[in-house]
Amino acid sequence: MDSQAIATQPVEDHAEHAHHPPYLRHHFANLEQQKETSTFGMWLFLLTEIMFFGGLFCAYLIYRNWYYPAFVAGSHQLSILLGAINTAVLICSSFTMAMGVHAAEMRWRKPLIGWLLATIALGCVFLGIKAVEYNEKWEKHHVPGLNFSVDSFVHQDPHYPEDKPLPLDMAEKTQVYFSLYFAMTGMHALHMVIGVSLLIILVVRAWQGAYTQGHMTTVENFGLYWHFVDIVWIFLFPLLYLISRHQ
Amino acid sequence: MSTIVSLPDQTTATLPKRSYLNDGYGLKSWLLTGDHKRIAILYLISITFFFFIGGFFAGMVRLELLTPPTDLMAADTYNKMFTMHGIVMVFLFLVPSVPATIGNFVLPIMVGAKDLAFPKINLLSWYLYVVGGVMTLAALILGGVDTGWTFTTPLSTHYLNTHVVTAGLAVFVAGFSSIFTGLNFIVTVHRMRAPGMTWFRLPLFVWSHYAASVLMVLGTPVLAITLVLVVLERVIGIGVFDPAKGGDPLLFQHLFWFYSHPAVYIMILPGMGVISEVISTFSRKRVFGYTAVAFSSVAIAVFAFFVWAHHMFIMGISNYSALVFSLLTMLVAVPSAIKIFNWSFTLYKGSITFETPMLYAFGFMGLFTIGGLTGVFLGSMGMDIHLTETYFIVAHFHFVMVGGMLMAFLSGVHFWWPKMTGRMYPEGLSKLAALVTFIGFNLTFFPQFILGYLGMPRRYAAYPPEFQVLNVLSTAGATVLGVGYLLPMLYLTWSLKYGKIAGPNPWQATGLEWQIQSPPITSNFEETPVIDYEAYDYEWLANKTRHEVQTVG
Amino acid sequence: MHFISPVLWQFLVNWLTHFALFPPEASSIAPHADALYFFLVAISLVGLVLVLALVAGFSFLYRKERNPEATQIEGSTLLEATWTIIPLALFMVAFVWGALLYFRIYNPPTNAMNIYVVGKQWMWKAEHPGGQHEINSLHIPLGRPVQLTMISQDVFHSFSIPAFRVKREVIPGRYTTVWFEATQEGTYHLFCTQYCGTLHSQMIGTITVMKPADYEAWTEGSTSGMSLAQNGERLYASLGCNACHSGSATARGPNLAEVYMTKVQMSNGSYSTVDDAFLRDSILNPTMHQMAGYAPIMPTYQGQISEEGLIDLVEYIKKLNSNYRIQQTLNTTQVQSSVQSPAPSTQGRAQQAAQTAPGMVKP
Repeated sequence: MDSQAIATQPVEDHAEHAHHPPYLRHHFANLEQQKETSTFGMWLFLLTEIMFFGGLFCAYLIYRNWYYPAFVAGSHQLSILLGAINTAVLICSSFTMAMGVHAAEMRWRKPLIGWLLATIALGCVFLGIKAVEYNEKWEKHHVPGLNFSVDSFVHQDPHYPEDKPLPLDMAEKTQVYFSLYFAMTGMHALHMVIGVSLLIILVVRAWQGAYTQGHMTTVENFGLYWHFVDIVWIFLFPLLYLISRHQ
Repeated sequence: MSTIVSLPDQTTATLPKRSYLNDGYGLKSWLLTGDHKRIAILYLISITFFFFIGGFFAGMVRLELLTPPTDLMAADTYNKMFTMHGIVMVFLFLVPSVPATIGNFVLPIMVGAKDLAFPKINLLSWYLYVVGGVMTLAALILGGVDTGWTFTTPLSTHYLNTHVVTAGLAVFVAGFSSIFTGLNFIVTVHRMRAPGMTWFRLPLFVWSHYAASVLMVLGTPVLAITLVLVVLERVIGIGVFDPAKGGDPLLFQHLFWFYSHPAVYIMILPGMGVISEVISTFSRKRVFGYTAVAFSSVAIAVFAFFVWAHHMFIMGISNYSALVFSLLTMLVAVPSAIKIFNWSFTLYKGSITFETPMLYAFGFMGLFTIGGLTGVFLGSMGMDIHLTETYFIVAHFHFVMVGGMLMAFLSGVHFWWPKMTGRMYPEGLSKLAALVTFIGFNLTFFPQFILGYLGMPRRYAAYPPEFQVLNVLSTAGATVLGVGYLLPMLYLTWSLKYGKIAGPNPWQATGLEWQIQSPPITSNFEETPVIDYEAYDYEWLANKTRHEVQTVG
Repeated sequence: MHFISPVLWQFLVNWLTHFALFPPEASSIAPHADALYFFLVAISLVGLVLVLALVAGFSFLYRKERNPEATQIEGSTLLEATWTIIPLALFMVAFVWGALLYFRIYNPPTNAMNIYVVGKQWMWKAEHPGGQHEINSLHIPLGRPVQLTMISQDVFHSFSIPAFRVKREVIPGRYTTVWFEATQEGTYHLFCTQYCGTLHSQMIGTITVMKPADYEAWTEGSTSGMSLAQNGERLYASLGCNACHSGSATARGPNLAEVYMTKVQMSNGSYSTVDDAFLRDSILNPTMHQMAGYAPIMPTYQGQISEEGLIDLVEYIKKLNSNYRIQQTLNTTQVQSSVQSPAPSTQGRAQQAAQTAPGMVKP
């Protein structure tokens, strides 16, 4: 025994050990530490996500500076309406997610499931609209590498009569814009898909009552993730759709 | 020669009845474990495997370079050899080497925790590592990849028809393994310290791992997204780095080195942590200038993010950015110098013994000093023009990575081997191995400095005949080095069964991990420890021992 | 002696004849680079010897046999400050010295003669202004500054001459330059030092430094008959550049005579210097190099001209002193085919014309 314990006053009352709730993992001293730890870990993970998207944003800023007219023309090809609907959908989904976290805090099982399902539904709506947009890009031959054509940029676009057609050399740079568009929204969509998959697991676990007995860190942390993905979109929407509208 | 090793009486001593090693048997109890010590062992086995794979490629490279023309293998085979050597050694050995094995094993114990903050994520990190490793092997078996470990565009995206995508995704996956390890360490250090374990009572090993973890967590995602773009560019042909479509291949260089320069510190910082522990223990002294050494780790981590463009001095970056990056490179060299001098002065008025970990640590100090100072050659812009992309740079980073990090890794493995397994390694043989490694290493890599100044470019399958003599020396050295690495592998395995019983604290070291039994129990501590002494407090240890002797005897 | 072993004997001979620590010092830069190298070696040796002496000395003095009890020392701010400041100062010297050398190596003197280099997998193509083409070799005169303007047509390469201590990355899509002045006759290695694919190690060549007179003789003997500028002029005419860049006051494109190395105002208000890179980029990406006062009507020639062709054009524009010949050619073609009417008279109207007659823009 001597060789095993170093110093030795016990920190906490041993009686407390008897009342360990089942969700307190063995290596934490108490629930508060467990909660703080996992929340801290989640924030740190989100920091790595910021660096992940940061590389893309950095590339976007550089090329936007170089190929400004191409980026303007490229963004004119996106549908503000669909983008705006998607923004609204995501903001709503953040609201439903927040309500879900609230429900878990209040230990309401059914409302929790309801709000999570609503979040899933909104997430799917977002992905559906995104798919429609991607399909439109495909039909308009705007997918770099696979079926790109500069046609829409070297000719007058009837929808934007004030837009002059681009000279060929600049029109080709719209490929860079669309490369970044697909990389950025694609990575974002991938995060959405992962989020929705995790939500499905959460719903199942919530159904079993896992988050409504006082331990809801998982739901809370997932909420952080979901809001983060939302915020990424809040940056993507203006950068890709909006800021070049009125030159 | 006197020694501080104090082993229990071998006639009566046994391994503890209950330890993490016998807490459950069978494959499942290992493959589904959440215990950081078992995961560390899993990592140790897998990185050793990949080390020898990478070493095999290094051997083939050296063998080909024995003669000037390409006679042993064709040029493209050679290119695949050095590429696989680089990818395996950097991403599958060096990056996880100390942190994922030794760090994983002792860091939670050092801070007085029962486990890392997220045991499941720790296990996930090992699985990601294995998936990354298997994908690398798949790329190898399918026919190899010859981009060089740097994946330079547009070569990697448009001009090669080897398995770039598989290898790129392998590195991507292995990168997440490293992110999760770093994340776990940071959270553990922040939230899982035992009562009384203040930041300035942490062993320097923890400080250096903390600094390395910050780099892993912030740098690796940038590599990940860069590789995603490379893969997308190769598979579907998007145009972010493709000059033909308006992309800029230099942007790839910037993004790649934004990770890969900090990665150098991810590799070396944990090794520096090992050296701090070992030097202190075997000179029976607190590390000279604890605070300076701790903060120099943090300083390295901070500066590391702002020096990446020194890999691009000859690539036509603007003169002014070259100036700034060169200046910052000089600044990042200073904390390393501080560490070296602080370690040297730790020996001053110590009571020094020369166990195997200490020999490796001495090797580290000599070789890392050379590696670091030759880094100043390369950070000095005008000199870099002549030296970069030659064997000088190869020698430089091998002095840091192999001479530094691998020495530190072996030092650490020997130092904590009794803690991990409960048994001692054979002392005589291990000293011999340390010596062989040191000699072999210098013979291999020192000639490469001269080759580099003579202008021999790196990654050459064939070279002009006047470089042969030095290349032969280097290859000869590599053979010796190979023996030096095989020896520990053999005698450490032997010691698992036949080594002497080590007892809880064979080195009389002060770290928390030495105050518990070897090998430790699954939850490390019977009770949460309360720390009431500073790091490296040998007087505390002496009093404690005396106290025990008095109460027991 | 070779009864020992022929292989070993050969090896020894090889060693003795080839053992060198330094490549030849064959350029004006080389002594400067070597001086910095010696300084760095010296501080490294001092540092290394110091560390080794400390470690060995303390290990001897304070080994357990001699010093059974360690004395605990917290640290010493003074000592730590010393070994922070002294290395820092030495590193700063290395930084300043290195920076000076860097600027010396990468800022060519104005009187340097220019040679173009195109890198491709896996060969170096050199183009002398006189029209001499070389592959994997480069002939240069002794004692005269030579600037290389280099570009790659595929992947990254790197042009390295160890004997001159110079090296520069050769990058697809942009010009990089390097200069040197050879100070010793002889033949030296040329290496590609950036890994560029399968036969990377075959992308080597020789640099031949010749006495100026020999160099003249060599140039005479290996000319292809047409200088780069002459090739460029042909290309200029055949691509129809002269239709807009005719030099007349009414032309739709800027006058190119003597435009090289002048500062011009761009359409976004900024100023740019017309250097080689600017000329090349203007041909490929005209929209991004729009000069103030001209309509954005120039088509891109991306994919239509090889790197060598671009070099010819750049060389031609650099050497263009007057528009006399351009107008001559133009008149001839106009008489022959009477294609288009000359452009309206003022620049303001030229812009309108551009909008009303987009057919004039060749796609």
